[in-house]
Amino acid sequence: MTDTVTPLLQIQDLSVRLPSQAGELLAVDAASLSLQRGRILGIAGESGSGKTQLLLALLGLSPQGARLSGSARLAGQELIGATESSLRRLRGNRIAMVFQDAMTALNPQLRIGLQLAEVLQWHRRCSRAEARERSLAMLEAVGIGEPVRRYAQYPHELSGGMRQRVVIAMALLCEPDLLLADEPTTALDVTVQAQILDLLLDLRDRTGMAILFVTHDLGVLAQIADDVVVMQSGQVVEQADALTLFASPRHAYTQRLLAAARRLEIPAQEAP
Amino acid sequence: MSGVLLLEGRDLAVQYRLPGGWPRKPTFFTALQGVSFTLAEGESLAIVGESGSGKSTLARAVLRLLPLAAGQVLLRGEDLAILDRQELRARRRQLQMIFQDPLASLDPRMRIGEILAQPLRVFEPGLSRVARRERAAAMLQAVGLEALQLDRYPHQFSGGQAQRIGIARALLAGPSVLVCDEPVSALDVSIRTQVLELLAEQRARRKLALLFIAHDLAAVRFLCDRTLVLYRGQVMEQGPTTQLFAASRHPYTQALLAAALVADPRKARLARGQSRSLPAAADVDAVPGQGCAYLSRCPHALPRCAQDRPVLRQVGALAVACHRAEEFPLQPRGSVSSS
Repeated sequence: MTDTVTPLLQIQDLSVRLPSQAGELLAVDAASLSLQRGRILGIAGESGSGKTQLLLALLGLSPQGARLSGSARLAGQELIGATESSLRRLRGNRIAMVFQDAMTALNPQLRIGLQLAEVLQWHRRCSRAEARERSLAMLEAVGIGEPVRRYAQYPHELSGGMRQRVVIAMALLCEPDLLLADEPTTALDVTVQAQILDLLLDLRDRTGMAILFVTHDLGVLAQIADDVVVMQSGQVVEQADALTLFASPRHAYTQRLLAAARRLEIPAQEAP
Repeated sequence: MSGVLLLEGRDLAVQYRLPGGWPRKPTFFTALQGVSFTLAEGESLAIVGESGSGKSTLARAVLRLLPLAAGQVLLRGEDLAILDRQELRARRRQLQMIFQDPLASLDPRMRIGEILAQPLRVFEPGLSRVARRERAAAMLQAVGLEALQLDRYPHQFSGGQAQRIGIARALLAGPSVLVCDEPVSALDVSIRTQVLELLAEQRARRKLALLFIAHDLAAVRFLCDRTLVLYRGQVMEQGPTTQLFAASRHPYTQALLAAALVADPRKARLARGQSRSLPAAADVDAVPGQGCAYLSRCPHALPRCAQDRPVLRQVGALAVACHRAEEFPLQPRGSVSSS
């Protein structure tokens, strides 16, 4: 957007090298991008394109043995190479993440409520009573009916869509500046997917947080993203606002991805 | 459409026994109830619905991988349930399956050549080793891989390639019906199209009938002549794919279609928040009583819908289980804008 506004997230020449049997693998290759407050940036690409590694690097969660270089600044604060203790203060607090599989993101042995309240007790030093109150309010905000009953339930007692809502609620408890979402709707039914996307858009409008949204599904991106970055084998090959990118993709790879998606698409006039 | 009737399901029901119960009476969950379908030679039928709707249960019941609580599966008019093991094995040759997770369906310790030789070994025991290998190599080429790859292991292939191998293995048995359980949902979008094209091509070439289980409506529209919509184990709507997609008469099908996303941000923005009001399936835990299975989510429900369950009846080109089928589609279609 305008150059005068400092972006919330500024990634510059970020590279992630992973150890592999065939020598080092360049998972992210000098990627640069920036994200403003209140915007949703979609990262598109196929499996193996480095989307997830990019997100993990921001949280200091890269696999063991990974070598990082370049820079990623959150409101001026450098994330790459930051100490574990400073990252711990950021994670779940100013940067939160929603993973693809909500079942593995939740601890199956703990009640939903405990897992939510813990976030506030840790980051905000809330009392148990206050943490409970705020967690219940958040469950309600993400569209979970009967929050008091759900609060006492275990993850396996909830449906897939509801679990993903719980994970989103957990991510939002500390009102993060930046939400990282890694294929959060891929494992869900289309009807539930549509609801979760609407929920994220609605939460963005209400809180002004920024979202970095990774997906391989261009239909999802068209629905949610303001701007889009296309990644291929670790590199950012195209970057544009969503309307421009979908209307006139410039890079051959983007064109191929779009053509593949459109080939299968249901024309809009058929949908009721 | 007008081919010989190949596969028929009559009033199929499947029940799963719920955990616990003993020493009290066992309790059951009805995963499938009163589902009937037909599949003619060379035809493709899609089974769609959300998770938990009974799609995969139907596929498994058809292959007799699950016991039926009621109903019959007829292959060329012959009831599969009364066959013994050996007879069933011979019929299985005609009914092959492709699985959702391509890598999980290939034995990691077998070379591709051995994997592909398996169906030949079982169904054509007279074939020599060399002949089996030749047939496997030819099939590998037919599905778009190279014969050289016979000596590799499954982990050396990508998901898309592994699914091609799964298809090759199924085709080597020489089936007349291919049961595909979400064959492309684990694949990347660009690969998805290629695998669907392969299925379409093989289907045309071999006059294969497809029973295609999917939650991805786009894939269904691409590949299938007819579509059957399942909800909570019951058929909501059934008919030719074109009519069903263009002018569905069931609120559930309409909701599924409305939730499908289009890779165009301008249209997506218009659609935002529209017709998304329905609660998700599992958020409604009420067990359907004597009324309509879709009652708790239906935006068009009448008092009558809670009392008597709508039976499947023919309305125009579609078979619909809804009391208000004649009133749908409610609004006239928007004018055709493109293509």
